[in-house]
Amino acid sequence: MHFFPEIHQLMRSPLDFAHILDEIPIGIILMDKDLRVVHLNRFFQALTGFSLDMARGIPCKNILRSSACIINCPILAAHRKNRSISCTSDIINTDRQKLPVRITTAQIMDNQGHFTGYMETIEDLRSTTTNDPEKNVAYSFANIIGRSRKMEMIFQTLPMLAQSDASILITGETGTGKDLVAEAVHQTSVRAGGPFIKINCGALPATLLESEIFGHMKGAFTGAVENKPGRFKLAHNGTIFLTEIGDLPLPLQVKLLTFLDDRIIYPLGATKGFNANVRIIAATHRDLEEMVSIGKFRKDLLFRLNVARVHLPPLRERDADIRLLLDHFLHHYTKKQGKKINGFSEPALSVLLNYTYEGNIRELKNIMEYAVNVAQGIRIEADNLPTYILEHEPMQRVPNIPVAKDVPKRQSERPPSPAPWQPEETEQTWSSVQRQMIMDALKTSRGKRNEAAQILGMSRSTLWRKIKAYQIE
Amino acid sequence: MTLHKVAIPILGEEIVPRFDLTTEVIILTTAKFSDIQDKKIIVLPRSSSDELCHTLLAQEINTLICGAIEDEYYEFLKWKKIKVFDGVSGTWPHAFERWRTQTLNPGDILFTRMVEGNLI
Repeated sequence: MHFFPEIHQLMRSPLDFAHILDEIPIGIILMDKDLRVVHLNRFFQALTGFSLDMARGIPCKNILRSSACIINCPILAAHRKNRSISCTSDIINTDRQKLPVRITTAQIMDNQGHFTGYMETIEDLRSTTTNDPEKNVAYSFANIIGRSRKMEMIFQTLPMLAQSDASILITGETGTGKDLVAEAVHQTSVRAGGPFIKINCGALPATLLESEIFGHMKGAFTGAVENKPGRFKLAHNGTIFLTEIGDLPLPLQVKLLTFLDDRIIYPLGATKGFNANVRIIAATHRDLEEMVSIGKFRKDLLFRLNVARVHLPPLRERDADIRLLLDHFLHHYTKKQGKKINGFSEPALSVLLNYTYEGNIRELKNIMEYAVNVAQGIRIEADNLPTYILEHEPMQRVPNIPVAKDVPKRQSERPPSPAPWQPEETEQTWSSVQRQMIMDALKTSRGKRNEAAQILGMSRSTLWRKIKAYQIE
Repeated sequence: MTLHKVAIPILGEEIVPRFDLTTEVIILTTAKFSDIQDKKIIVLPRSSSDELCHTLLAQEINTLICGAIEDEYYEFLKWKKIKVFDGVSGTWPHAFERWRTQTLNPGDILFTRMVEGNLI
C-alpha cells in the first residue's frame, strides 16, 4: 500500500511531507507509539539499506539495528525523561557494515498536543571518526598513510580532487587501498554530509546489477513486487563509488554513460526520470585501455570517468612506506588486542622488509594481525610470522631496503610509469604463479583446505584470504 | 540418522537484532528439517562476536539464524561451513519453522506489519 503523508495548514496548499524529509541530509525514521516504523527518509534508506516498503510496520530496533536499541533504547529513555535524547552508537546495515552514528530522539505531538509517536534522526559519523588521533599521523591524507614520493604526490592531489566535483578513476592493483581513497575523497569533499554508496560491479549478475544501480518500479519485471529506489537515487547529494568498474557489463556501461551525460536516472519500468546530483568515483584493478582495445569497455565511458585519475602504486614501488606501514599496523593491532609489543626483532624485521607483498597493503596488514596475535613477548620475532613468508624467496627487489631512520632514499623508487594503471609484468607473473600453486595444492588435496595449506606451508587463514583475493572457487 | 543443529541468538522470544550483542542463544537439535529433538539455551557471560563464534564452533552448529552480523564474522562462519541466514527478524519459533519447511531466506522479516495498532 502506498501512502502520501501530507502537512496541512503550514502553507496554503498541503505539502508533500515525504519529499521534505527526503531533502534533509540526515537519516530520519518516524515511529508510532508502539515503536513500529511509519516512515523513513531517503538518507535513512541509503544508510541502512532498508527501503520503506521493507521497513513499514516493523519494530524499529529490527530496522535501525543499533547497539543503543538493544542496550538502552534511546526512545524509551527519552519517553521516561520526557525530553529529547542524543547518544552515539553504531548500526549494522544490510551490507553488513558497522557504521558509527549519532541518534537523536524526539516525541511527535498532534495538533491537539497529544503524543502520537516518535522521530529519530540518525547522523552518519564516519566523517568525524576519521579524526581519530591514531589516524592523524604525519605523511597521511584521511586514513591513508605513506611517505614515499609517489604517495606524497597523491596526497598533494587528493585534497584538490576532493574539493572539485569531477569524476575520478582510481586504478591500482588489489590491496593498494582504492576503497580507502574513494571514501577519503568523499569524506573530505563538500559532499561529506551526503551518502557514500558503494556498488561492486563485479559482485552481482548483470540483471540484478541494473536494478540495484538504477532501481525499478513495482511490476517492471517478474519478482519486482515493490518499488526499489536504486543506489543512484539513494546517493543523491552524495557520492557513488563503482568498484570493479571493469566488470560492468556493456549494456550497463551505455546506461551509465547516458546518466553521466544528462544526470537523470530512469529506474526499470519508470516513465519519469529522477535528476540525481551524484558524484561518481570508479575504481578498477584492470587495464581499461586494454579492455577498450579488445572491445570490452566503452572508450567514451573511459573518457567520461577518467576526468581525474589516481593511480595507487603497488607496495613494491613504495619501499619507503613498508617500515611506516609495519609500525602503523603493529601499533593498530597491539592497541586493538591490548598487548604490549614494542617493535620487531632484527631477523623478523629483515624478513618483513625483504618480503614482496604481492597482496599489497592488505597482505601486509594480514601478516601484522597474525604476528600480533601469535607474539608472546614484547617484540615480534621471526617465528611469529606466517610460515609462508619465512620460506619465501625474495623477488627481484632492491636489496637493503632502508629502515625507518634512513627512509627517504628515493633513488630506490622507480619513476612514474607513462601508463600508470598498467600492472607490472613481474607482479602479474608472481600473482598468476601463486594462484596456480594454490589451485594445484587444492587439486592435490581434493579440495581439502587444511591439507592444501599444509602443502603450501601457509596457515589456513592465510590460504583462505588468498583464495578470496585470487577469487578461486 | 544425522542430527542437525540450528543456533538462534535470541532476546526473549525474538531473534536478537544484532549478532554482536547476543547474550542468549537457543540451540535446536533436529533430524534435518524435521521436528525438534532437543532444545537448550546457552547464556553467555557477555556479548562478544568472537566468543559467540567460538561457542557456535564448540557446539558444532550447522545452521545459524540471526539478525544483523558484521561481514567479517559472516565470512568467518561461512568459511567454517556454517550455513548463515542473517538479517532475519521475528520470533525464533517462526524463523525455525520457516527453516524447517525450507522457506527461510536471509533478510526475511517475519513480523506482522502494524501501524498504530492496525494491520497494514
